[in-house]
Amino acid sequence: MSPHAVRRSAASVDVVIVGGGHCGLAMSHALTRHGVEHVVLERGAVANSWRTERWDSLRLLTPNWMTRLPGRAYGGPDPDGYMGAGEVADFLSGYAMQISAPVLTGTTVSKVSAISGGYRISTDRGEWHCRALVLASGAFSLPNVPPFASGIAQDVQQLSAHRYRHPGQLAEGGVLVVGASATGLQLAQEIRQSGRPVTLAVGEHVRMPRLYRGRDIQWWLLASGVLDQRIEEIDDAERARRLPSPQLVGTPERATLDLNALQRQGVSVVGRLMGVRGGTAQFSGSLRNVCALADLKMNRLLDAFDQWARGRGAACDLGTPERFAATEVDASPTLSLSLAGNIRTVLWATGARPDYSWLDLPVFDRHGRLRHDRGVVDAPSLYVLGLPYLRRRKSSFIHGAEDDVREIAALLVAGLGAPGVQVKYLLGTGSGTNARGQSTFAWNHTASQARR
Amino acid sequence: MNMQSATAMNGVNVEALLGARAALSEAPQAARFKWRATSEWMHGTHARSTIDGYYGLGGEQKHRQPFQFDTDHPEIFAAEDMGATPVEYVLVGLAGCLTAGIAAVAQNRNIQLRSVKATLEAGMDIQGILGIDANVRNGFDGIKVHYQIDADATPEQIAALVAQSQKRSAVFDIVTNPTDVHVTASKV
Repeated sequence: MSPHAVRRSAASVDVVIVGGGHCGLAMSHALTRHGVEHVVLERGAVANSWRTERWDSLRLLTPNWMTRLPGRAYGGPDPDGYMGAGEVADFLSGYAMQISAPVLTGTTVSKVSAISGGYRISTDRGEWHCRALVLASGAFSLPNVPPFASGIAQDVQQLSAHRYRHPGQLAEGGVLVVGASATGLQLAQEIRQSGRPVTLAVGEHVRMPRLYRGRDIQWWLLASGVLDQRIEEIDDAERARRLPSPQLVGTPERATLDLNALQRQGVSVVGRLMGVRGGTAQFSGSLRNVCALADLKMNRLLDAFDQWARGRGAACDLGTPERFAATEVDASPTLSLSLAGNIRTVLWATGARPDYSWLDLPVFDRHGRLRHDRGVVDAPSLYVLGLPYLRRRKSSFIHGAEDDVREIAALLVAGLGAPGVQVKYLLGTGSGTNARGQSTFAWNHTASQARR
Repeated sequence: MNMQSATAMNGVNVEALLGARAALSEAPQAARFKWRATSEWMHGTHARSTIDGYYGLGGEQKHRQPFQFDTDHPEIFAAEDMGATPVEYVLVGLAGCLTAGIAAVAQNRNIQLRSVKATLEAGMDIQGILGIDANVRNGFDGIKVHYQIDADATPEQIAALVAQSQKRSAVFDIVTNPTDVHVTASKV
């Protein structure tokens, strides 16, 4: 039976995992170890979004030595380097093969609804019934674009970081990059280097040096325990989950990318974009304060590192404490900019959110966000993985999957009861059992396709 | 240094504020407020504004007493100087808002304040309001605020207080970001 044949009747399995990225695969690995049968439904190939929704020069914000999943770590020659998107995709495909993950590629979930004792998963390749469901479909699927974007004149090209690939895509002329996360700063730098005038609109942001006292900042975050901080230990969980990604870039030079560096390279830094009226972009007068907040926060973080390192310095062979120049802000920052003649492209680097449009369940709050407690969704046997600060600060990082998955898999398995106990009543047909045996072969077949 | 052992006494009921935050997250409709003023022309450039009621927490509310504010312009504007100029009231609002924020944040961080003094200065080129030069805006070309704070805190903690207060300040937001203003008139 071809794995891509559309089945006429539903197949049943204990657990369906939606999404064949690092979280879905790590959960598959955990469930295999627990002896729980499951299937991973993936709309494209394994690591689809790494192959199709990333710009060409993108590299991970974490060094290679940190890039690990349960049972697999980076083993290449450049532990201090940073993987590009293609390398991440290959790392994940290799992982899928290694763990023989039962991934059904090219299978797009169109709807999930509740049925007695579980869920019905409708896909473009047939229907699945399961007792437990894991959402691992990504945290950054839909770009956030402010409503006033629709009021920008047609002759100004607009695109989100999802659609951006390289500067050659953009019209010659000025570019307004909106957003000061890692994405916004990296794109501003790359586009500036292509010769285009770049204006960067900056709201609240997280500033960090690439290296501190001779070590990668991610080493400090990990070693000092910051990345392991649990969401329940945080005063304002809501805010922690909204925090933009730190201003970092992974380059061979391990260079720091901050607003000072960009301004030296000729990027014009302005306040948060508040609106566009009559063809004029309006920027907030809060630029000085958001920069001061980011500088203060960075220095508090470095203070905490220094305190942690006291007494450990010799053991870790650390350099001496250092502090970085305050963010420079123009004496009179630009508050408005006429788009006509100045800006040909607006590039939205304003963050992204998950897409659960296919989830037909009453599990959303009034903002349309999934209601969950540390990954346990407000519905029976429904779990989510990989969202920012889901359980720990590292939850949305590749290396962050391991601990979250271990804990959530344990909850899931406990919720299912003893493994191997099948719920025949769920389907009322015998096809499920039969389909399982056959599907095991089909799944492996699919995994080997992903290898090629 | 910040004395963590004692509880700071700044006269701000942080528990009530945090309680309100929690309650209003659950009842967002009650969080919708309407602030109001009435104003009447007195004579010349002199007007008198009155603050009395406002709407919030799902119903009409009242201040403990009405407050009145006279606005006018100084004698060098050929006016009678019966009150502060309206633009100076903007500074009053900004100072009041930022200072209240500093007190609240300090209380929440258990920092004892002893004195908080602000000096504000706003630049303006009156060629704008006089219509001499269309390239000059009517309003401020910038506002400078300086705080002198005596508190049980490090300079970094004080800088963080002031930064956090700006981040949460309504008037700071109103003056730094565009606001839609809709003015209508009717004949009586």
